[in-house]
Amino acid sequence: MLNIDSLERGIVIDHIKAGCGMKIYNLLKLDELDCCVAVIKNARSSKYGKKDIIKIEDMVDLDLEILGFVDPHITIDVIDEGKIVEKKHLVLPQKLVNVIKCKNPRCITSIEEEIDHVFKLSGQGDHHYRCVYCEQEYQG
Amino acid sequence: MRHLIDPLDFSEAEIEKLLDVADDIALNPKKYSQVCAGKKLATLFYEPSTRTRLSFEAAMLNLGGSILGFATADSSSAAKGESVADTIRAVSCYADICAMRHPKEGAPLRASRYARIPVINGGDGGHQHPTQTLTDLMTIRAKKHRLGNMTIGLCGDLKFGRTVHSLIKSLARYEGIQFVLISPEELQVPDYIVDEVLKGKDIPYEEVGNMEEVISSLDILYMTRVQKERFFNEEDYIRLKDSYILTAQKMRRAKKDMAILHPLPRVNEIAIEVDDDPRAAYFDQVQNGVYVRMALIMMLLEVTPC
Repeated sequence: MLNIDSLERGIVIDHIKAGCGMKIYNLLKLDELDCCVAVIKNARSSKYGKKDIIKIEDMVDLDLEILGFVDPHITIDVIDEGKIVEKKHLVLPQKLVNVIKCKNPRCITSIEEEIDHVFKLSGQGDHHYRCVYCEQEYQG
Repeated sequence: MRHLIDPLDFSEAEIEKLLDVADDIALNPKKYSQVCAGKKLATLFYEPSTRTRLSFEAAMLNLGGSILGFATADSSSAAKGESVADTIRAVSCYADICAMRHPKEGAPLRASRYARIPVINGGDGGHQHPTQTLTDLMTIRAKKHRLGNMTIGLCGDLKFGRTVHSLIKSLARYEGIQFVLISPEELQVPDYIVDEVLKGKDIPYEEVGNMEEVISSLDILYMTRVQKERFFNEEDYIRLKDSYILTAQKMRRAKKDMAILHPLPRVNEIAIEVDDDPRAAYFDQVQNGVYVRMALIMMLLEVTPC
């Protein structure tokens, strides 16, 4: 297995669905960071067979809302002095603000400037989000 | 400060109280003739409307208040590109309460977040029309003396018919309600109503394409117009506009005490001959609409008769 240096201090985004590492990298705008960032693709996983991992050699604020929406199975390990000091498990966020856009041409979001695109998790559960304005379901 | 944006913004108890006030207004209109003296209602209608706008204006005038506003988007600053958020901030300086109709869904909700006055949704696109629902509930209660334990047939354009969406949402809260949804396949109830309301609350319903087969089982038949203005493609409108026409002959199969409701305006979906049938309640709805909007304005402005 390819070895990537273990982090002394930073964040590991683990259990990313294999193949989605770069998507997460782009969504979180990690290219804008100055620190060292490693994207590991197709790492072996006892749970999923294969997974992607992102290691960030700094303490940065991550948008857990976006991460939870993209893949709630992702885990976040916060590393300090070479040890995991916090493990965060994600959940599907109840509300998404400006993460996804409403595509309904009849919705007020299609014409109103400066309006936030707000979606709420619907009662149907897994990954069904509805625009708070027109109630249309988000179709990825 | 309260708004009425969605039919579920009020609890069943609040709706019952509001309908009681509306009933009392119908019996004692003079008692309420000055309760809103000195207050102003702004009617912000970005989309053509006869009934709803005039009903709101009549309601405020009946309460002794005044009205101001516009009747088309062309005659407002929307034509100059002004946002709903900016318009409502300005209107909040001129009026005490406002009623908004807008072709875009969610516009009244957007307005309510920037308003310093109560906002009433007077219809937003094909989404919701909660004051029509209050009118419908008042009419149903007057005809059936209850709001539960009924089979409601909704017929016509159930996809874009905002009055249908609001009525289903509201009636689904009462016990013993079942729905018969009569429409062509292209105009069926949107998935958010089916998933969130009907399946979500385990409400019995069936979707059918033929009115004659089910009319005898209905306590209420809610007819709707296929709305030309909701179609992006005129061919689709022409193909679907005459899907259902209620005639005196079809009414022979209906229960003797079934009530026919329609939010109006009607085109041809209810034959004129049906108007003389004592079960036709759609013109009662128009009158009830004024009473219920009077009660609503009073409730949101927190005024009561002396």
